[in-house]
Amino acid sequence: MAGDTLTTESYIKHHLTNMTYGKLPEGYVRESYDGTTETLTQDTWTLAHNDVEMKDMGFMAVHVDSMFWSITLGLIFAFIFRKVAVGMHSGVPKGLQNFIEMIIDFIDTNVKDTFHYKNPLVAPLALTIFIWIFFMNLMDLIPVDWIPELMMWATGDPHFFFKVVPTTDPNITLGMAFTVFFLMIYFSIKEKGLMGFVKELTLHPFHAGKWYVDIFLIPVNFILESVSLIAKPISLGLRLFGNLYAGEMIFILIAAMFGAGLFLGVLAGFLQLGWAIFHILVIALQAFVFMVLTIVYMAMAHDVDEEH
Amino acid sequence: MNINLTLIGQSITFLAFVWFCKAFVWTAIRNAMDEREAQIADGLEAADRAGKDLELAQEKATQQLREAKQEAAAIIDAANKRANQIVDEAKTAAHEEGDRIKAAAKAEIDQEVNRAKEALRSQVAGLALAGAEQVLEASIDEGAHKALVEKLAAGL
Repeated sequence: MAGDTLTTESYIKHHLTNMTYGKLPEGYVRESYDGTTETLTQDTWTLAHNDVEMKDMGFMAVHVDSMFWSITLGLIFAFIFRKVAVGMHSGVPKGLQNFIEMIIDFIDTNVKDTFHYKNPLVAPLALTIFIWIFFMNLMDLIPVDWIPELMMWATGDPHFFFKVVPTTDPNITLGMAFTVFFLMIYFSIKEKGLMGFVKELTLHPFHAGKWYVDIFLIPVNFILESVSLIAKPISLGLRLFGNLYAGEMIFILIAAMFGAGLFLGVLAGFLQLGWAIFHILVIALQAFVFMVLTIVYMAMAHDVDEEH
Repeated sequence: MNINLTLIGQSITFLAFVWFCKAFVWTAIRNAMDEREAQIADGLEAADRAGKDLELAQEKATQQLREAKQEAAAIIDAANKRANQIVDEAKTAAHEEGDRIKAAAKAEIDQEVNRAKEALRSQVAGLALAGAEQVLEASIDEGAHKALVEKLAAGL
């Protein structure tokens, strides 16, 4: 527990709040921790003190913790793989190279099973997604209080927000999902042409072949296809977010139990262990699912004569 | 749980890492792996070929050995035959030579004997005559008896 004065509710809330750096508008009334208020004389970029401020920052804000961990973990991924790629040789592989090759082979098999077209971007895309998301999910296994407490201690600010698991931030998961969506549309148009893409949206699933019937079918088709198209990135991003958020939530609830007496504390210990073991599965599985769906979407984007 | 600039930040970061992965990681590792795959395939093929080559070589060696044995047997046969022939020839030649030498020796002996006989004969005639002369002294008509004595000497 983060201090005795905290209630369980505020403890959980604190753990689920991102460290947000954003713009507060001119004339905004800020409330400090000690209750005094302060009116901003100009637009200010600053760290939010509470979730009201975060809401008021609107779109012009960045989750510093999410971005920090996401980039750090991405750099770790890039560093490890680059190191192996530089020392790569076709002789007898050893140690880390062996392991990395195993991963590459695994990704390659998955890509080749689903994606039968020529596109050199898809395999690296799948690899990046798998490893990066895996790393980000893995942060969930670090006991929930360690890093936030460390940051509070380091900054001396007891209200310092610091979320450790980037994939429990929908911005991160949706950011990746929409990038995949963008690539999907880009390759769709590149492979089928703009008209082909538009036709795909308007002439499926209902197609009569006679123009005077089609005229009425096209709007229906367009609505159906648009919904299914938009649903792809949303479901992709929210699936990952939902799974990890739920997992994180349970870890936080278990952590809250540690402060509630000996019996509950011991029980929480067992629950923590069990959930962590189960969560290993979720971590790898969600990274894998995100990767496989990305490959499938890429394949759909390249699929010229799609049948419904 | 606000949607904000993090969304865009993450998108850009994501694309950057994908680009990095494609440019500096994937191709290098995949190429090396493909290269190794090719090497292993080549190696296996070479091993296969070597096995077949070995089999062939062994077959060939066996055949050559058999041929060599046959040849050797033939050579030994021929040599034996030739040796026998040479021995036979040598025997014949030796016989002939021996015969010839014997004949020559015999002829020489005969000649020698004749010559000795001749010499002896002439000396015996002289000696007999001298002996008879001394025994008979003057009573002997040399002319009359000479023919007699020579006839005697010729009878030797």
